[in-house]
Amino acid sequence: MNPVKLSLSVMTAAAALLAGSATGGRAAEAIKPAIVYDLGGKFDKSFNEGVFHGAEAFKARTGIVFGEFAPTNDAQIEQGLRNFARKGFSPILGVGFDQAEPIKKVAAEFPKIKFAIIDGDVNAPNVQAISFKEYEGSFLAGALAALTTKTDKIGFVGGMDIPLIRKFSCGYAQGAAAINPKIGVTINMTGTTGAAWNDPVKGGELAKSQIESGVDIIYQAAGATGIGVLQTVADAGKLGIGVDSNQNGLHPGHMLTSVMKGVGVATDKTFTEALNGTWQPGNTVLGLKEQAVSLAFDDENAPLISADIKARIDALQADIIAGKVAVHNYAEDNHCPL
Amino acid sequence: MSAHAPAARLPRWMEYGLLPVLNLVLALLVSGLVVVVIGQDPFEALGVLLKGAFGSIENIGYTLYYATDIIFTGLAVAVAFQAGLFNIGGEGQAYIAGLGVGLVCLYLDFLPMPVIIALAVIASMVFGAAWAAIPAWLQAHRGSHIVITTIMFNFIAYSVMVYLLVHPLIEPGQMAPQSRAFAANAIMPSIKGVAAVVGLDLGAAPLNLSFVWALIAAAGTWLFIGHTSPGYAIRVVGANPEAAVCAGIRPERAIMLAMLLSGALAGGLALNEVMGVQQRIMVGFTAGYGFTGIAAALMGRNHPVGIILAALLFGALYQGGAELSFDIPDISAEMVVVIQGFVIIFTGALENMLRPTLARLAARLEGGRAQTA
Repeated sequence: MNPVKLSLSVMTAAAALLAGSATGGRAAEAIKPAIVYDLGGKFDKSFNEGVFHGAEAFKARTGIVFGEFAPTNDAQIEQGLRNFARKGFSPILGVGFDQAEPIKKVAAEFPKIKFAIIDGDVNAPNVQAISFKEYEGSFLAGALAALTTKTDKIGFVGGMDIPLIRKFSCGYAQGAAAINPKIGVTINMTGTTGAAWNDPVKGGELAKSQIESGVDIIYQAAGATGIGVLQTVADAGKLGIGVDSNQNGLHPGHMLTSVMKGVGVATDKTFTEALNGTWQPGNTVLGLKEQAVSLAFDDENAPLISADIKARIDALQADIIAGKVAVHNYAEDNHCPL
Repeated sequence: MSAHAPAARLPRWMEYGLLPVLNLVLALLVSGLVVVVIGQDPFEALGVLLKGAFGSIENIGYTLYYATDIIFTGLAVAVAFQAGLFNIGGEGQAYIAGLGVGLVCLYLDFLPMPVIIALAVIASMVFGAAWAAIPAWLQAHRGSHIVITTIMFNFIAYSVMVYLLVHPLIEPGQMAPQSRAFAANAIMPSIKGVAAVVGLDLGAAPLNLSFVWALIAAAGTWLFIGHTSPGYAIRVVGANPEAAVCAGIRPERAIMLAMLLSGALAGGLALNEVMGVQQRIMVGFTAGYGFTGIAAALMGRNHPVGIILAALLFGALYQGGAELSFDIPDISAEMVVVIQGFVIIFTGALENMLRPTLARLAARLEGGRAQTA
C-alpha cells in the first residue's frame, strides 16, 4: 500500500468517524461524549458494563453516539484520554479510580474539555468527580443479613484486596453489628491481582468454606468472581447478596438482595447535563439519599423478607439519610472500626 | 532455547533475517484473515497500526517507551537462557525492583537528582537480583526447577506488593493502591528536552532516560556474555553442564550469576515504569511485560541486537494496537491481543515450522553455488 493511498484510507476512516458523530442531529449544540473504560474491560457484567448501558440509554434517548476505548495497560489510559481530548470529544468519562492521576494530568492540558471520573477524586475546574457511598448500601445489606441469618454467622467475599472493596466489607460488618454486636462476620478476599475479579471457581471455594464454618448468608463484591460465590451459595441452599447491579434474578429464592450502584445513571446524568448546558465540575458523592446506592427489593426476593424486617431496614435507611446513623467510610482513614 | 534445539543449521542471513521476517509475514497474514472475518479492511487496519506506531515523532516516542520495557525483560530472559535456565519470573523481579526504586525515590528525595538516579538504578538491580536469588540458589544447590520457583515467586511478589501498597505505602485518603507521587527531583528525566534540541517534538510520549539505560544494558549484556570468561562459563553450563564441570567450571556459580544478572536486568522495567512514567509505585505496573520479554528473547534469538529489534516490533504492536482499537472501534482491545498473540505464536513458538524448508532451500542454494564454482 503506497503512502498516498494509506493516508487516504486513514482520512476516509476519520471522515467516517466524524460523520458518525454528526448523525446526532442537533449539529450546532450536539456534544461528543466519550468513555475510557478501566482495565477490567467493557463487558464485565457489572461496573464497566453498567457505564456502557448508561451511555447506551443516553444514545437511545438523544441519538448522540459516544466514543469508547478499553485500555489494556496504565499508560494507555492517559493515551486514550488525550486522544479523545485532541479529537474534541467532551465530556470524556473515565471509569474507575485508576484514572484519577491520568485525568488530573490530561484535564490540565485541555482546560476547555469537560472530564468526568467515576470512583475517583479529582479536583480541577473542568472535572466532575462522581463517587458512591457503597458503604451505606453495604451497611443496609449487613443489617438485613443480620436480621435474616439463623446461625448468627454471615460472610463476605471480596475481589482484589484494595481499599475500595474494604469500603464494602467494612460497611457490611458495621451494619451487621448495628443489629447484633455479637454476630460473626467472615471476610475473605479472593486475591491480590487483577485476576481476583475474574475467578468464579475460587470464589465458589471461598463461599464453600464459609458455609462449612456455619455462614448462611454471603455478600459478594468480587466482579465476575462473585458469579461463582452466588452459584455455590444457591447450590448449598443458603442466601447470597449481589452487588453493583440487581442480581436478584440470578438465583431466585437464594438471593436475599443486591446492593445496587448507579454507575449507569451517573453516566447518563453527566452526558445529559453536558448536553443541556447544566454540567458542573466538582465532587459529587452519591449515596442512599440520592438513590444512587440502594438495596434491590423486587418480586424475586419478596418471599425472603418479612414486612417487619423490611420496616426495620427502611427505618435504618431513613436514619442514615437523616444523619442519625453514621456509617464509617473505610477509605477516609484506611481503617475499619470493627 | 535454540542452543538446545539446533534442528537445522541455517546461514546467518536466513537465521537472523529471512526466517523472522517470514514468520512475521505469516503472523500478519493470519491476523489479516481475522480482521476480514470481523468485517474490517485488513489493509486499512495495517495502515492504522503502522501509522499509530510510527506516524509521528510522538507515536515513535510511545513505541520506544514500550520497547524499553521489553528490551529489559527480553535481555533478562536471554541471559538466563544462556545458562540453560528459563526465567519466567521477570514480572516478579521487576515488581520487587519497583519497590526498591520507589523506596529510593520516596525516602531519599532530599538528595540531588543525579545521586537519586544512580541510587535508583542500583536499587532496581539489587532488588531485582535479590528476588531472583532464592529461585537461583534453589536451582543451583537443590535442583528445584527454575520454571516452577520463578513463577511461584511472581505470585509472592504480587501479594507482597499489594500488601505494601494497601497498607504502609498507600497515599492516605485515596482509593487506588499506590504510593504518593515522587518529588520533582526524584523522577527519571524525560528525553523530551533532548529531542526538542534537535527539533523533534515528543509530545506526551513518556519516553525517558531509561531507554538509554536499556541500550547500555543491551551492549553490556552482549559484552559480558560473549566476551568475558564468566559469560563464557554461563554459556558452557547452558550448553552442557557436565562438560562444564570437566572444564573446571562450577555450574552452581554460573547459574547463580546468570540468574542474578537476569533479575537485575528485569529490574530496569521498574526504572522505566515507576521512576519514568508513573512517578509513583502502583499496583500491577509490570502489566505483563515480563512475559512479553520471553517472546522477545525467543524472537531475538537471545542476541541483544535481536532483542532490541524484537522489542521494537512488540513496542510497535502495543502502541499501534492501542491506536487501532481507538480508530476502528470494531477492532476491540481483545482483538489487538489476538493479533499480538499471532505474532508471538509464529515468531516464537512456531519458529521451527519453516526451518526445515529453509534449510533445504539453503542446501540447494549452496549446492547450486558449488556447481557453478
